[in-house]
Amino acid sequence: MSRERRSTTRRRSPNNGPMGRGRYFFLLGIVIIGLSALIGRIAYLNVIDRDFLQNQGDARTLRVEPINAHRGMISDRNGDPLAISTPVVTLWANPQELPSDPTQLETLARALKMNPDTLEARVERYSEHEFMYLRRRMTPEAAKPARELDIPGVYAKDEYKRYYPSGDVAAQLVGVTNVDDHGQEGLELAYDDYLSGQPGKRRVLKDRKGRLVRDLHLLKDAKPGGDLTLSIDLRLQYMAYRELQKSVDAHDADGGSLVMMDARSGEVLAMANLPSYNPNNRTSIDVNGLRNQAVTDAIEPGSVMKPLAMSAALATDKIDPDTIIDTSPGWMVIDGYTISDFRNYGKLTPGEILLHSSNIGMSHIALQLSKGTIWKQYQRLGLGQAPGTGFPGEGSGSLPSLSGLSRSAQASMAYGYGLSLTPLQLASAYTAIANDGRRLHPSLLKRPSAPIGDQVMSPTIAHELLGMLEKIVQPDAGGSRAMVEGYRIAGKTGTVRKVTAGGYQQKAYRGLFAGIAPVSDPRIVTVVMIDNPKGDEYYGGLVAAPVFGRVVGKALRLLDVPPDKQETSE
Amino acid sequence: MKGLEWRHFSRSPSDGMGRKRSLWSRLHLDPWLLLLLLSLMGAGLVVLYSASGMSLAVTLGQTSRFGVALLAMFVIAQFSPGTLCRWTPLGYFIGVAMLVAVEVMGDMGMGAQRWLEIPGIIRFQPSELMKLAVPMMVATYLYKRPLPPSMRDLLVCALIIGMPVMLIMRQPDLGTSLLVACAAVFVIFLAGLSWRVIGLLAVLLASALPLLWFNMHEYQRQRVLTFLNPESDPLGAGWNIIQSKTAIGSGGVFGKGWGLGTQSQLEFLPERHTDFIGAVLGEEWGLIGMLVFLALYVLIVGRGLFLANTAQDTYGRLVGGSIVLTFFIYVFVNMGMVSGILPVVGVPLPLVSFGGTSSVTLLIGFGILMSVHTHRRLLPR
Repeated sequence: MSRERRSTTRRRSPNNGPMGRGRYFFLLGIVIIGLSALIGRIAYLNVIDRDFLQNQGDARTLRVEPINAHRGMISDRNGDPLAISTPVVTLWANPQELPSDPTQLETLARALKMNPDTLEARVERYSEHEFMYLRRRMTPEAAKPARELDIPGVYAKDEYKRYYPSGDVAAQLVGVTNVDDHGQEGLELAYDDYLSGQPGKRRVLKDRKGRLVRDLHLLKDAKPGGDLTLSIDLRLQYMAYRELQKSVDAHDADGGSLVMMDARSGEVLAMANLPSYNPNNRTSIDVNGLRNQAVTDAIEPGSVMKPLAMSAALATDKIDPDTIIDTSPGWMVIDGYTISDFRNYGKLTPGEILLHSSNIGMSHIALQLSKGTIWKQYQRLGLGQAPGTGFPGEGSGSLPSLSGLSRSAQASMAYGYGLSLTPLQLASAYTAIANDGRRLHPSLLKRPSAPIGDQVMSPTIAHELLGMLEKIVQPDAGGSRAMVEGYRIAGKTGTVRKVTAGGYQQKAYRGLFAGIAPVSDPRIVTVVMIDNPKGDEYYGGLVAAPVFGRVVGKALRLLDVPPDKQETSE
Repeated sequence: MKGLEWRHFSRSPSDGMGRKRSLWSRLHLDPWLLLLLLSLMGAGLVVLYSASGMSLAVTLGQTSRFGVALLAMFVIAQFSPGTLCRWTPLGYFIGVAMLVAVEVMGDMGMGAQRWLEIPGIIRFQPSELMKLAVPMMVATYLYKRPLPPSMRDLLVCALIIGMPVMLIMRQPDLGTSLLVACAAVFVIFLAGLSWRVIGLLAVLLASALPLLWFNMHEYQRQRVLTFLNPESDPLGAGWNIIQSKTAIGSGGVFGKGWGLGTQSQLEFLPERHTDFIGAVLGEEWGLIGMLVFLALYVLIVGRGLFLANTAQDTYGRLVGGSIVLTFFIYVFVNMGMVSGILPVVGVPLPLVSFGGTSSVTLLIGFGILMSVHTHRRLLPR
């Protein structure tokens, strides 16, 4: 073997021959060229192309994740919660990543307190997808066992759930949020920005499957939303809602509203509406229940407007509390329209006109005044203007235009027809009578201090009207059912035919009662409206006044208002 | 006779190991090469631990395979080149027979088939064996013939090479078949193939390229096309290349640190502990780490070429040179693939990528090299 090799080597020159070093050096050269190419390429990637590739790499792994801001709490004026956000956990799965091992699914089902067969069927159903909910919005404690299993393909998302402790009682006022935690109705919507706060941002590292690997750093801290303190008193709210419901049920009514305002500050202490809904259970929301009728729905008020019209009349030199107005024969014709009273009341003073709720008397007074007198007073009392509570869809009611006001419209306006306003506007107008002639704008939020109010009538007239209205809430008078033991009450009843598309309805009414308590030092103004009570009892004095009496009676005691009535009559 | 050999060794001027040298040569090991290989394997395990997502199981598995591979190297080194040469034809024909067996089993409906398995006992790729058997067979044939090889000898060599290469290509495993062919061609080249013939073959090969293209499987063509323009299919076939380049480039000069490579640790990098482990190295250790590994490889290749070049006989030179150059080709093809200058072919990074068979083959190759170097006869001056 070796001899052969040597002989070969001898035949050829050592450097170029078959086994010469030349071949090795040639290959060594190739090795060096290849190596240089590799080093050049790697250096190019690592040094020159680095920024681009670094960005490419970051684009695959770095993500900016929002940090949910805690939504502010909504509470009543005493701090009792009306809407609170609690942390919840939503568990979801990527069926592609779930283990195929059925025992693992069974363990997962048990941790979720689900039927294993149900879970298996659902995973089967979503087997083509990459996302399925396992269970949404669980309490963190309930989600813990499933999370701790650490089954691949199971993911958790931390969220907040809005919970409404008072349920349907203040549902329309407080409103609701959607699944994304944004206000959809009511004050949740009106103050959404304030309540939401500012979501934060953090930079995180995610792997190819989108799983969070680690938090890198905080870009912006989440700013929690502000807390909202409402003007309402949850105790009064519960009571008002309960009493309203009783009356609506008893009279088989379509619904009803109640607004109670603080007669000194204009704060709304209670605002109840029926129908209502349970904001904690979204599966069966009655669309009609969503509306906060007391704020949004303008209605024709009828007789409850008479004291307000009278305030305009008393301010003129044509009418004073002793002026006698002849309402005989109990009916009259204006512009071809016939107006009538319940019966012929004969000669009446302004106080008696209100007591008997005489349409004829109010018409006579209205026609004696100049055309704009009552109209202007109504405008000062806030009719036709949004009250400015900021509530979404707040109604402003309507006044007919002054220039085109006919004599019949001038008269009907005085007894509350041909115009509209919301129950909240009505209550606000009545605060003028309760508050020495100064009307208070309503507020749904707690006020730091009481506003002065707009002087829309003289204190004298306000006191005179208060006295007249007190006479209505007496035994044997129209408002007798609104009486409260131990307290002097002033108020006015009203019964209106409902208006629908075809005009006034024959057998559909609204019963209203607007009142002030206690008379000696008014603290609350309350408006009650019962919508379309069925049966024989539909007068405001029969359906609305009893609600007023019960609610106001309890409210005065809850508010520690000293009784102002000596029980001498019995 | 053996005594004579050792004496000759101690007088060799090229070796500076002094007295210890005789111990190493008694063990038939080359200390420098062994040291370099152990350094590479140790550093490779460190990278593998990170690339496998800190899997101790994978790392320990690789370590035990290294143990087996080192043992195989030691055992092979004990055989003299002559013995190896005598047994080469047997190994070659067994290898071809196994390739045929694999081919038949593949035809029996098991799709791409590269593995031969005796259930529960052993499971390996016959093509891996051929990486050594084919060049050795060519060397065994050529060293007895007058060199440079005649045309007839070349035709015989072409037959020796062509049979297994075609079988491997049909598995289909284009990468391995080319590497096997490459290893054998190195032998012929070292045997002194005249430049004229080389030029002729180069022309023939160039004209055969279209033929190769049409004989390729669809996925193989796709790989070539994707290599030429990875951005054409960034989410599909181009993904590997783009991800790999991204991983390496984002490492910068100093790297992101061990276990901190976002691309590799977060599963953006495919095949991260096997073929694309070089990208993990580049991302986590940066340019410096890549250069350190390249330096180790170059030192191994350099020492290997020295050993092959100082071999006493033709057989040793041919086989040794081929083994070392094939080793470098592995490094070049893998690193080239990972850094995006070569298409994606399934070639692991030698002694770093996870995988037992290739480590065993590589170390057996180095065992042969050590055998060639340490089994010497005292030659008259």
